[in-house]
Amino acid sequence: MSAGDLVLRTEGLGKSFTLHLQGGVRIPVLDGVALALRAGECVVLSGPSGAGKSTLLRTIYGNYRAESGSILLRHRGAWLDLATAGPRTVLEVRRDTLGYVSQFLRVVPRVSALCIVAEALTARGVGTEEARAGARAMLLQLHVPERLHALPPATFSGGEQQRVNLARGFLGRHPILLLDEPTASLDAANRAVVVGLVRAAKARGVAVLGIVHDADTRDAIADRLFPVTPLQDAA
Amino acid sequence: MNGYNFAYLDEQTKRMIRRALLKAVTIPGHQVPFGSREMPLPYGWGTGGIQVTASILGRADVLKVIDQGADDTTNAVSIRRFFARTAGVATTTRTADASVIQTRHRIPETLLREDQIIVYQVPQPEPLSKLEPSRAETRRMHALAEYGLMHVKLYEDIARIGAVTISYDYPVMVNGRHLMSPSPIPAFDTPKMDGMAALQLFGAGREKRIYAIPPYTSVKPLDFEDHPFRLTRAPHACALCGAGDSYLDEVVTDDRGGRMWVCSDTDFCAGRQPAGAA
Amino acid sequence: MSPDALLSARGLRLSFGRIDALDGVDAEVFPGEVLAVVGESGSGKTTLLHALSGAMCPDAGAVSYRGPDGAVQDVHRMPAPALRALHRSDWGTVHQDPRQSLRMAVSAGGNVGERLMAQGARHYGDIRAAAIDWLREVEIAADRVDDLPRTFSGGMLQRLQIARTLVTQPRLVFMDEPTGGLDVSVQARLLDLIRGLVARLGVAVVLVTHDIAVARLLARRIVVMRAGRVVETGLTDQVLDDPQHPYTQLLVSSVLHA
Repeated sequence: MSAGDLVLRTEGLGKSFTLHLQGGVRIPVLDGVALALRAGECVVLSGPSGAGKSTLLRTIYGNYRAESGSILLRHRGAWLDLATAGPRTVLEVRRDTLGYVSQFLRVVPRVSALCIVAEALTARGVGTEEARAGARAMLLQLHVPERLHALPPATFSGGEQQRVNLARGFLGRHPILLLDEPTASLDAANRAVVVGLVRAAKARGVAVLGIVHDADTRDAIADRLFPVTPLQDAA
Repeated sequence: MNGYNFAYLDEQTKRMIRRALLKAVTIPGHQVPFGSREMPLPYGWGTGGIQVTASILGRADVLKVIDQGADDTTNAVSIRRFFARTAGVATTTRTADASVIQTRHRIPETLLREDQIIVYQVPQPEPLSKLEPSRAETRRMHALAEYGLMHVKLYEDIARIGAVTISYDYPVMVNGRHLMSPSPIPAFDTPKMDGMAALQLFGAGREKRIYAIPPYTSVKPLDFEDHPFRLTRAPHACALCGAGDSYLDEVVTDDRGGRMWVCSDTDFCAGRQPAGAA
Repeated sequence: MSPDALLSARGLRLSFGRIDALDGVDAEVFPGEVLAVVGESGSGKTTLLHALSGAMCPDAGAVSYRGPDGAVQDVHRMPAPALRALHRSDWGTVHQDPRQSLRMAVSAGGNVGERLMAQGARHYGDIRAAAIDWLREVEIAADRVDDLPRTFSGGMLQRLQIARTLVTQPRLVFMDEPTGGLDVSVQARLLDLIRGLVARLGVAVVLVTHDIAVARLLARRIVVMRAGRVVETGLTDQVLDDPQHPYTQLLVSSVLHA
């Protein structure tokens, strides 16, 4: 894939939540979102808190179910609509094409940081040794000291957990990467590492879509901003 | 003897038992249920074997009865006398002269012939009974030839003691199909069952089961490739006849710990001793 | 049946008197995946497990299984010997109470080796070596191989049951509340163990649980049942993070977070 090719496109994407436990109240969050993302570029979602940036990211990832519209994505050389794809297709896309770094690490009891990160590669058939070597290098790059690698991250600080999360997200080398507040709990030195990782990914042709509140980081990685406006305001 | 039908049982019962026997012969090692009768002996004294013997005896038969190899123990004497009185058949203690041999816990040392039948007294016909309490389940296991559990028992023996410790009633596969209890004969006797020329019949009176091994049928003890079945025998020669290859009983001879090893098969032992010595 | 599915159920119905335990249930299991079936007591999830594994015959509907040779068989029309053979080799079951499947009077090694012996293994040394390997696999020390299960803790018993089940490398394992009744710390260890083994062996699992956290940790796909029906199914994270059905929303909102 050459840089600049379209890799992700949403058309008329809409999402609302119906709260059955609260009398069936319906909360619309996204409506008619048309977003395009090209290989090698980084687009940062902008808009006030509560505008639905996180919802958009999660809907694209399939963590939330798209209500209307389509999420077209280049997967194994062909276009595919994630909004209507079956669960097993979504899992395959997540494994090979679409990476996601969430705001918080979901900790699995007793699994070491190294294993959590290496899983990004072993899930795709990479040998255990090679995957662990890659995971180790990525963790060190993100300043997670070696003595922590063998420990489960449950006892890590927020920043350490987030760096484990980032290591896993970047190690997977997905052509499309979604970042939800990747630097929220990081210090300046680690923010700089993340900036470096994003730039390197872009240079490899990875398309990055993110939510970044920290202005310095955003300016350092964003090629353009995509505004997300609260529906209540738009209405 | 007046007042009794030939060989005690009525003809209808004998027919029923013979039908069960015929079925048992056609499915070697398979337990066939039968309507076991009350006999004038308590359960555990060979009521199953007696009913089988009664059903196959003819007037020309010569009967031998052994108990633990001996012809002169209480159980053997009383059963032999029972048939002498109720059937009037000839009896013998000589293995070679008998046409029907009823036995408890032994197979004679002398090779049996095609024109002989051996009847075993069986207390518990189900080899899986100690491992699987449900009778319905053991029947299913036999039907489907699922015998892994029996090997679990052998595995446990080797794991704990280093060898299979079953010294009598050693489980066997009959005709490559049915797992069978050979009755509580010593493991020493088990190989004699394999390819035996005589017909082997088994009767369990309390458990109401009959089974059989036709002549020249394969009977193989269960084992592991790396722990094959091995014959075990007391490392002595018979004190009376000098036999080095027979199954021996240990006999305590006095109150001071004196003991001797003698053949368990009294007829075999007597036959090997110089005339008049026994 | 989908071309690459391992097990497929269509239109399963089963009533106990006036109660519809299964009321038109479809489900598919694919090789190497963990499928969670969640719901409250009486939702029909355990009945579904029994119907899938052939233990209970549905009033209507069919369950198909694709064997290692690629041939598709109707689980409820298979001859009993074939179904039993399947349960001994290609399938496994992990009960909530390990005492239900373990032989308490047989050593740990004998328990693990039983399925091998049932499949015809007749080399004591090999069976024992395999048993020890599998005990290690489930984090039971090799020197416990000759101990009776009654000397084991609850968590160890459950791990022993898992070793006993996985020793024949089944392609499909049915698990009914495998972590139920265990202390939380023991539960975490067991979950991690199951997670690792399942991923490494590529075994497919149908996991029945009322514990949503267990489902989230182990399963990529989930089925939510209520009153004998599937009310929602899909990606585990999507169903739990964006539940559509009122019942699923209730289920998710009822979970206590530590």
